[in-house]
Amino acid sequence: MAGSNAVRQPVKAPVKRMQERQIMNQEDVRRAMTRVAHEILERNRGAEDLVIVGIHTRGVHLAHRIAANLAEFEGVNVPVASLDVSLYRDDLRVRGQSKVQPTDIPMGIQGKRVVLVDDVLYTGRTVRAAMDALVDFGRPQQIQLAILLDRGHRELPIRADYVGQNLPTSIEERVMVRLLETDGADEVALIFDDKIGAKRDS
Amino acid sequence: MALSRTIDTPGLDDAFPVEPSTRRHVLDLDDFSKEEITEVLESARGMKEVLGRDIKKVPALRGKVVVTLFYEASTRTRISFEEAGKVLSADVINMSASGSSTEKGESLLNTGLTIQAMGVDTIVVRHPHSGAPYLLARQLNKVNIINAGDGLHAHPTQALLDLYTVQDKLGWAADNPNGNSIEGLKVVIVGDVLHSRVARSNIWGFAKMGARIVLSGPGTLMPSDMLRSGRVARSQMASMVGVETDLDRAIEGADVVMALRLQQERQHAGFLPSLREYIRRWQVTEDRLTKANPGVIVMHPGPMNEGIEISNNVAHGGASVIEEQVTNGVAIRMALLYRLTIGPGN
Repeated sequence: MAGSNAVRQPVKAPVKRMQERQIMNQEDVRRAMTRVAHEILERNRGAEDLVIVGIHTRGVHLAHRIAANLAEFEGVNVPVASLDVSLYRDDLRVRGQSKVQPTDIPMGIQGKRVVLVDDVLYTGRTVRAAMDALVDFGRPQQIQLAILLDRGHRELPIRADYVGQNLPTSIEERVMVRLLETDGADEVALIFDDKIGAKRDS
Repeated sequence: MALSRTIDTPGLDDAFPVEPSTRRHVLDLDDFSKEEITEVLESARGMKEVLGRDIKKVPALRGKVVVTLFYEASTRTRISFEEAGKVLSADVINMSASGSSTEKGESLLNTGLTIQAMGVDTIVVRHPHSGAPYLLARQLNKVNIINAGDGLHAHPTQALLDLYTVQDKLGWAADNPNGNSIEGLKVVIVGDVLHSRVARSNIWGFAKMGARIVLSGPGTLMPSDMLRSGRVARSQMASMVGVETDLDRAIEGADVVMALRLQQERQHAGFLPSLREYIRRWQVTEDRLTKANPGVIVMHPGPMNEGIEISNNVAHGGASVIEEQVTNGVAIRMALLYRLTIGPGN
């Protein structure tokens, strides 16, 4: 839902004074997604048999942007699907339930080359869940992974095939991706605890 | 553009796209907010997609155990919970009063404690006594309780599936900039409201979502106990629920007509003059539906007495959503099992 994570706050998160630093602006996001689309075409020698599958919520919007780029560069219409992974997560017990949204894969993925799309690659658990969810819909010939921002700290042997930007982060930091479709503007920001700021206030 | 600014919003990543629910039990809809009902309905929409797949199985509740504990007969509610649990990969154990230690005189509470001691996560209970699930919820501290119908009191999962069905038919809140599509609707509930736990939970549910509710039926079968209770009479509910015993007048401009099963034993208890008179005055017929709004939908919680509270033509006609109610029931129960059993995390 539009901007839901800006309105709702987790119950247990400590309220701290946080600082925010912009990592990518609108132009950076656009250029990164343009390059990712070119790399997809290069790696797959065109767009034949491709299906772009976005992971809810922001991955779906990015998937549509990649498909629009592919249409512009090659004049092909690549099907876009959306995937919800909340029912496949292995960390439900730790992170609790999340919003369940409908998965929509109208074209099927049997024998296709699937490009999974998400905004941030972190532990890799979302991608693992996404691969589990995908195979319930058929056996793709290949699964590739496109990501806007890779922030490191993998807990599983997963890496992205297409990366918009690499950003080494600390585990205490948070990454916020805002997109035009959900948040009114394109932006990637790093959020960190501002201890100096807190001291200044007290 | 400022590269750095101070903000006060914690938890700004996608790890918690919604506030995790801390709800432990579903006993009735009176303690649900409009927001929480909306969340459950939206989540059920994702669950319904799973039910439409070739492989109807997701691993969300793997390793969780759900017990359905039924002290009363049921087909749809019980099978619906069982299917919901199994599609989510929970292990579902069905237990009925007959054939269990209840026949040896074990009390509800002791049965509940026994089930809890076996490490069960969620108990779905139906009981002929109003309030029975509340007793379990109060006394058992390690399990989630879902009320699948208690006496004449409440049947919250049925009310939620009814709300889902209306929303699904008349438009989703997320797709509608003006908010939820239930707000402002006229909902007519016809028949034996007095003895209907379905109707009572629906009154709470539809009122919370902002619909106008008109109850119609013989005056002896109207729930004056509920309408006069302080909790209802003093709240906003009082202005949202009304009684109109004349069905022809009640049905004018209705968007939703819900017929309730007439429990025929009521006739002998003196609530009805005769079955024939009931049929003549309160049966939902095609003729009566012409006075409703165009696009009116007709619901029934089942099991139906066709030809008594609802005519055959209406029950199987174009306005009927009775079969969809059953399908949606599985999705709603999946959403509730997921919400309670997974919990808010740690």
